[in-house]
Amino acid sequence: MAIEGVVGIEVHAQLLTKSKMFCSCPNTVGAPPNTQVCPICTGMPGVLPVPNRRAVELVIRTGVALNCKIADYSIFARKNYFYPDLPKNYQISQYEIPLCRDGYIEIEVNGETRRIGIRRVHLEEDTGKSFHTGGSESRIDFNRCGVPLMEIVSEPDMRNGEEAREYLHALRQILRYIGVSTGNMEEGSFRCEPNVNVRDTETGRATAIVELKNLNSFRSVYQSINYEIERQKKLLLAGVQTQRETRRWHEGEGTTSPMRSKEEAHDYRYFPEPDLVPLVVDEKWLEEILADMPELPRQKRERLMAQYGLSAYDAGVLCQSVEFADYFEALAAEYGDPKGASNWMQGEVSRLLNETGKNITEMPLQPKQVAELLKMIDSRKITRPVAKEVFEEMFHTGRSAGEIVAERGLQTISDQSELERMVEEAIANNPKAVEEYRGGKQGSINFLVGQVMKASRGKADPRTVKELLAQKLSS
Amino acid sequence: MLVEPYELTAHEVCQLLQRKELSARELCDAVLERIEQLDGDIRAYLTVTPDEAREQARRVDERRAAGEELHPLAGVPLAIKDNMCTRGVKTTCASKILANFVPPFDATVVARAREAGLVFLGKTNLDEFAMGSSTENSGFFPTHNPWDKERVPGGSSGGSAAAIAAQEAILALGSDTGGSIRQPASFCGVVGLKPTYGRVSRYGLVAFASSLDQIGPLTKDVRDAALLLNVISGKDPLDATSAEVDVPDFTESLIDDVNGVRIGVVRELFAEGVQDEVRDAVRAAIDVLADAGAQCEEVSLPHALYGLPCYYLIAPSEASSNLARFDGVRYGHRTQERVADHIELYQKTRREGFGAEVKRRILIGTYALSAGYYDAYYLKALKVRTLIKRDFEKAFERFDVLAAPTSPTVAFKLGERLADHLAMKMSDVCTIPVNLAGIPGISVPCGLSREGLPIGLQLMSKLFDEQTLLRVAYTYEQATEWHLRRPEL
Repeated sequence: MAIEGVVGIEVHAQLLTKSKMFCSCPNTVGAPPNTQVCPICTGMPGVLPVPNRRAVELVIRTGVALNCKIADYSIFARKNYFYPDLPKNYQISQYEIPLCRDGYIEIEVNGETRRIGIRRVHLEEDTGKSFHTGGSESRIDFNRCGVPLMEIVSEPDMRNGEEAREYLHALRQILRYIGVSTGNMEEGSFRCEPNVNVRDTETGRATAIVELKNLNSFRSVYQSINYEIERQKKLLLAGVQTQRETRRWHEGEGTTSPMRSKEEAHDYRYFPEPDLVPLVVDEKWLEEILADMPELPRQKRERLMAQYGLSAYDAGVLCQSVEFADYFEALAAEYGDPKGASNWMQGEVSRLLNETGKNITEMPLQPKQVAELLKMIDSRKITRPVAKEVFEEMFHTGRSAGEIVAERGLQTISDQSELERMVEEAIANNPKAVEEYRGGKQGSINFLVGQVMKASRGKADPRTVKELLAQKLSS
Repeated sequence: MLVEPYELTAHEVCQLLQRKELSARELCDAVLERIEQLDGDIRAYLTVTPDEAREQARRVDERRAAGEELHPLAGVPLAIKDNMCTRGVKTTCASKILANFVPPFDATVVARAREAGLVFLGKTNLDEFAMGSSTENSGFFPTHNPWDKERVPGGSSGGSAAAIAAQEAILALGSDTGGSIRQPASFCGVVGLKPTYGRVSRYGLVAFASSLDQIGPLTKDVRDAALLLNVISGKDPLDATSAEVDVPDFTESLIDDVNGVRIGVVRELFAEGVQDEVRDAVRAAIDVLADAGAQCEEVSLPHALYGLPCYYLIAPSEASSNLARFDGVRYGHRTQERVADHIELYQKTRREGFGAEVKRRILIGTYALSAGYYDAYYLKALKVRTLIKRDFEKAFERFDVLAAPTSPTVAFKLGERLADHLAMKMSDVCTIPVNLAGIPGISVPCGLSREGLPIGLQLMSKLFDEQTLLRVAYTYEQATEWHLRRPEL
């Protein structure tokens, strides 16, 4: 009996537009409550919605990036339900004819490429936020009400938490790449609702679909899905009949439990929005949108591999974000050695960014400055270990490589006699290593190199030192 | 002055204002006085705004004295149906649920009227949320027909129609979803015009049925209707359903000539239920047009009588959704009773705030949209609507204008049809198909019954062809004197 997990995910992403979906209130975060509102987004009598063109374009852009068919004719629909954070007591969304459908995204799981179907991508408006202050009072902030929201519904093609997590990573990366959303789960600009059930592949018997809520990170998505699959597997094996339900994830306990269904029965009485005319996406508009389309992650990876002769792995790391890839390309241009630039980006640059908790967008150095340092290594003006020290100081102070090297006298020791002296000293001070080397243990020379590097405080060029040591030890 | 200022039409009053023979302030005072005299009996107004009106009139006079170039209608007193938002002035929709609601913004048509310098007298009575055909569904009190105060003025724009008929306003605005401008115009012996859907912005009109609602003029004659239509028409960026269509000067259509105009007389709308006197008066009116050179012939709109049931699925469905926002959370009435949760807040607020007819329609609409019934009711109604539209399209291949009674009967008595909902709704059977098709329609007075009650002739034209409509209406009007008749008050 083979039981597999069946997972589909609904993602809601807030769109990066200047204003809200149906009015001209600003679409920003963090303003004092109820200051970014107007009669339209608070559902006053007599108001009417007018669609945000940019929001439509961003959804179409997403559909293209997800290999979807773009509708040439699409309509808005009213989703009717009562809740205090929904001023009109209906949400303008899409139902029958969404903007995009039947696409896919590719994910990498255990070295295997899997295609996850995208059933539809549509456009709707966000609700306000409720605050239950305990006691008998609740408060509502309508700042978020009316913000453009994109809903991406996958096919139930995923089988477990790992695949779900990869899906979210890939999806989020695309959305960030094409400038559609910040993709931030913690901030609420990227919300995720998995639908999970399990199925016996031989008999076809399956549990009822469970919708999971209260997931605030990719980790909770991963954990909750795997937990839920296990829980349902047991029920299926025991022959228990399950009901369709919504379950809440409890981060602390690592479990799910049924949610008290406070909502009324889900009959949303969808009907076409009579206050809006159908969206017509003609060829001309679609062409404009395609022309404006930023490079997708896969395209960028492939281009970097081809253009700079990089490995798939390197390209993958460099393309972690658009900004990281851009920085790399600028550095490669200034420096002239793409492989070297790639190594430095993956090495020292990443290390210092991680240590200081900075994003590449907060990188305190220009690519030109970094290139200057790398050229100094190539010309052996400074050694690699010294370069790392210098880079760290550059990063924290913003000063140039040349300045720091000069001031601290960190230039590589070029005086041959000085080098010879240090080499001889190392040989004299480390008879054991010398004996081992002469006895055939080649590797011991590295120990001696290390000693010279220590004595020179890194300013001796290791290659030259090794050459000299080899010379002297062979005689 | 032999004639009181309040007796004049807008175009007459404009001449006097422009020649400074009459000041906006004098005119305003005259009409306000008339309101004070009569409205205790007629009850056309829910809110009168004398201070604001006088201030607006004063400013017009000031600007005119300073030699400023003013809009032709500047200084003309206007009554506004109380379902259009007026900034700073109570807008109740004749409902307890909005009894004290003061909008922070103007409807677009209100803003345009304000910009033109019209003087706002106040807000007129209506059936609650525009749902009704007699103004008896007002949450406050009914309006009385100035021709016979024991009768209804029609609805839902009964207040605006009565105000014009009683000369308590020079111009008025109403809204028409199934006949709510034309039918009261017919009952009150005044002119009422429903423009093409999309001709006039709906922004700020409290929505009843979004795909059917339109704002239009109620006036003493056709010229006044054309003048007011000029002010309110035009694409509005705040209304996505307003049409990107040029607005001509509608007064240029006021040509006394119908030679060669082809008029289709709609067979189905003269059928059962039409009072003999109404039938006779309307046929006589068509004869007048024939004598003036029009080619009149009978035409069939086979699906016209399905309009009523079709309308009574589409309109309540849209309304059930449009009225969902009235929940006591952000504005309007909120129940004072204790509530356990938000659901109870909604239930008690809406139970207290909505009248019976509004509740009825919300229930019907919710049902018609619900899972398992949507296809059989709402969707089916949309398909019937298409058939009705096509009937009109076919008719307009052979005719320029269609004619019919505005309503099957003259004004009925207050209370007479309250218990008989079907009879009440039947008064809209001739007007409803026009809204379903989106075409423009006008009612002009064409007679008085033996009991002295007004009868209306309805004319209909192609989409966005208000020009032909106005021309035919004007020609008819100029050939008769019905538009000069006034009730005795």
